Amino acid sequence: MEMIKAENIWKSFKNLAVLKGISLTVKRGEVVAIIGPSGSGKSTLLRCLNHLEVVSKGTIAIAGETLVKTGPDGKAQYVHDAEIRRICRKMGMVFQQFNLFPHLTVMQNIMEAPIVVKGMTREEILPEAENLLKKVGLLDKAGSYPCELSGGQKQRVAIARALAMKPEIMLFDEPTSALDPELTGEVLRAMRQLAEEHMTMLVVTHEMGFAREVASRVIFLDQGEIIEEGTPQAVFGNPAQPRTRSFLSSIG
Amino acid sequence: MQYVLEIMIPMLEGTAVTLQMFFITIVLSLPLGLLLALARLSRCRPVQSVVGVYIWLLRGTPLMLQLLFVYFALPFVPYIGVKLPDFPAAVLAFVLNYAAYFAEIFRAGIQSIDRGQYEGAKVLGMTYIQTMRRIVLPQVIKRVLPPVSNETITLVKDTSLIYVLAMNDLMRTARALVQRDFSTTPFIVAAVFYLVMTLVLTWGFQKLERRYAAYDE
Ligand SMILES: Nc1ncnc2c1ncn2[C@@H]1O[C@H](COP(=O)(O)OP(=O)(O)O)[C@@H](O)[C@H]1O
Ligand SMILES: [Mg+2]
Repeated sequence: MEMIKAENIWKSFKNLAVLKGISLTVKRGEVVAIIGPSGSGKSTLLRCLNHLEVVSKGTIAIAGETLVKTGPDGKAQYVHDAEIRRICRKMGMVFQQFNLFPHLTVMQNIMEAPIVVKGMTREEILPEAENLLKKVGLLDKAGSYPCELSGGQKQRVAIARALAMKPEIMLFDEPTSALDPELTGEVLRAMRQLAEEHMTMLVVTHEMGFAREVASRVIFLDQGEIIEEGTPQAVFGNPAQPRTRSFLSSIG
Repeated sequence: MQYVLEIMIPMLEGTAVTLQMFFITIVLSLPLGLLLALARLSRCRPVQSVVGVYIWLLRGTPLMLQLLFVYFALPFVPYIGVKLPDFPAAVLAFVLNYAAYFAEIFRAGIQSIDRGQYEGAKVLGMTYIQTMRRIVLPQVIKRVLPPVSNETITLVKDTSLIYVLAMNDLMRTARALVQRDFSTTPFIVAAVFYLVMTLVLTWGFQKLERRYAAYDE
């Protein structure tokens, strides 16, 4: 089952072409890592998939449902708003900057969307929310506000918050890049656990160790194009493209 | 002291008028200000401009002039012209004026909320309205409390402008008593009354600010 199917995605900001005909498929249970230099369009690609950005043209289908396709006029043609929301709800997203809601406690952060969006009652979601917090090791922080947490704890709450909506796909945009080095481990552990539970994941990351060990496939993006794609062994061990090689050597 | 007690009844009656003006204006102008702020931030250009001009007009002319306009000139405006009694006329002018100020405060507050908050809410499936109601506005309230508190305290004193419509609020009552009795005592009593009202408000806002201090950004 193709959970994400993107074909020939183009995206420009004003005159700046950021994505130049990207095609990408992610199957159920796959963990795909996207690597590439800063400014290559990794975030933009992720953000186009869940409609935080609109594509200029191209086709995106999520779990078999079309989100956008190229119309007869050559421009992107999105389905209507309620459909967009319904389809995008299949995806959870974790941001580099966490984007937790500062006025809500950890528990409220997790329960908010199930209550507001799914119309669940507090009692219905509470056991699930507690489970998720337990899973990321933060049950004791349920009553804390985000400002009282470390970066690693914030990101683990963000993961739990996304999971509370029961997504079929998780998108991660450099989830550890804003963290002190000693705090990345706890976040990567939570992501690794998720991968072991066969969550479909698309992860933009600079953590080559994580990509090497957890990803089923690695995609190297440069200047808005997919330069190389393959198993971690192939991409890291024996890159076919010179640009991939120079990128990998530049990051050591 | 005897004299202070003598003037207490008219002074309290004046205070009642002042407080009525104050409460009705606050209760109506805060929501109107919020609506105007949301309209000012809407994607629809014409709506933005209309609200922009409205805010410019109401912040750019004296409140006294607006008060006199609503009472004396509005009846002669074609189509929308109505002759309002003095109290509703004053309420209308104050609400329109204060809503313009509140609109700017709310607009700045809403714009100060990080884009990541909208995106965080959107990827969880929230609609724009849900995002505003549950995520953005609660945070805006914390940020706008200090300027809103300022405007609110200013309003208590601005209500004294209604003397131009010959309404007997606290200020005009005091002035009438001063002129009648050749004593400045009513002014002092009025000052004390205003101070008490603003003190209560200051306390109220402090309490609110403390409640919102539970979290930092
Ligand atoms: N909202 C935006 N407006 C204009 N340019 C943007 C915007 N977002 C990203 N860009 C540009 O698009 C390019 C790719 O950005 P991004 O996808 O964030 O790269 P990456 O995540 O790989 O570092 C960069 O040149 C960036 O400056
Ligand atoms: Mg990025």
